[in-house]
Amino acid sequence: MTDEELRVSKIRDGTVIDHVTGGQALNVLAILGIDGTGGETVSIGMNVPSDKLGRKDVVKVEGRELSQSEVDVLSLIAPEATINIIRDFDVVDKNRVERTESVTGILVCPNHNCITNADEPIRTEFEVLSDGVRCSYCDTIVREGDVAEHIDARQSGETAL
Amino acid sequence: MLQDHLISAAHLSRDDIEAVLDHAAAIDADPSVVSGRHEGRVLALCFFEPSTRTKMSFESAMKRLGGETIDMGSVESSSVKKGESLADTVRVIEGYADALVLRHPSEGSAKLASEFVDVPLVNAGDGAGQHPSQTLLDLYTIRENAGLDDITVGIMGDLKYGRTVHSLAHALTNFDVRQHFVSPESLRLPRNVRYDLHEAGAQVREHTDLDEVLPELDVLYVTRIQRERFPEEREYRAVAGEYRIDNDVLADASDDLTVMHPLPRVDEIAPEVDGTARAKYFGQAHNGVPVRMALLDSLLGDDEEGDRR
Repeated sequence: MTDEELRVSKIRDGTVIDHVTGGQALNVLAILGIDGTGGETVSIGMNVPSDKLGRKDVVKVEGRELSQSEVDVLSLIAPEATINIIRDFDVVDKNRVERTESVTGILVCPNHNCITNADEPIRTEFEVLSDGVRCSYCDTIVREGDVAEHIDARQSGETAL
Repeated sequence: MLQDHLISAAHLSRDDIEAVLDHAAAIDADPSVVSGRHEGRVLALCFFEPSTRTKMSFESAMKRLGGETIDMGSVESSSVKKGESLADTVRVIEGYADALVLRHPSEGSAKLASEFVDVPLVNAGDGAGQHPSQTLLDLYTIRENAGLDDITVGIMGDLKYGRTVHSLAHALTNFDVRQHFVSPESLRLPRNVRYDLHEAGAQVREHTDLDEVLPELDVLYVTRIQRERFPEEREYRAVAGEYRIDNDVLADASDDLTVMHPLPRVDEIAPEVDGTARAKYFGQAHNGVPVRMALLDSLLGDDEEGDRR
């Protein structure tokens, strides 16, 4: 992004998620549990020209920093994403997402007969594959493009500032 | 030898399998080698679904080892009916027993249960997931009749929901086995099993027609096509007849073909096959006892070690 573009929607406190795979911005919002009803201020750029990715999406969320589990899931749908933490208009932290070996407690298993969908005292756990994730309990595989559909809404939005 | 839980056949190495099968063969030849070895020990049979063969063979195996069994009775009369979680149920029962055998209708239930207990736990079937102790007796039967390397195995029927199929397919990747899967398109192997077979570099082909592969087979493992899986009776009838074995169907098969079935069968193997040399399914069921004796003996360890907890 150029400085001019940044100035347009500069935020005071929050997170800028840059270099999101083109077309995945709405799925990023789904991972963050943002559907507009919570009153968050959100700016989205979709299919913005990018030297690195060709086309990229950018998501700016005011008043919110991401949890590690949210970043873990982001890495599945936007492996090139960078997370910029903004405080008082300054970037205080900038990290690339890293693909983790597993994600815990943030996805729901699509297999209705999986024990993780029963009322048991456990958190879901998914092993990360090269192109998706796999339930560590019932082995069901969710392809990368379908991951966002299985985000547990109960687990999202846990780190509002 | 196995010294922990047995949750999935995908976790079994060739060494694990051969150790259990060799021990089972020794027990089969001379049951006195282990008689009384686990006197005073208790095996809890936690069956949340009906079962005849698996439950009784575990019971028989434990008693032949000198131990005792307890069970929770029917689900209808247990605290499960009151809404108790599986995690709580097994945590309570582990205090009553030295090992647990679990049959449960939900996939992943055995893994969950194993996280809440310290005593060895055997998965005796978790929904459409896995049934690894069945696989050990299946492998024992295959080894007795055809050997376990350089063979061609056909697995036919409900491959999507058949837990015995999933376990067997995983275990066979430890050996030099060509695997052919025969099923209606709607009941083909689930994605996760195909993924694992691919990752293991297994020699696998899928078919809808048994005729395509029957003459090549050393072993034909038949499973029941489950009527309840089909939304319409008409759809079930359309495919079920295609996967029925009788002596006419087997006319093109090798004389040495071993026909297996985890049982119970309904009509997928005609009774006329029972009297032929190819039919091994009743012997396969009987093998459940020595194989489960070997498995329990391995999991329970030596008496001298005392209580593992």
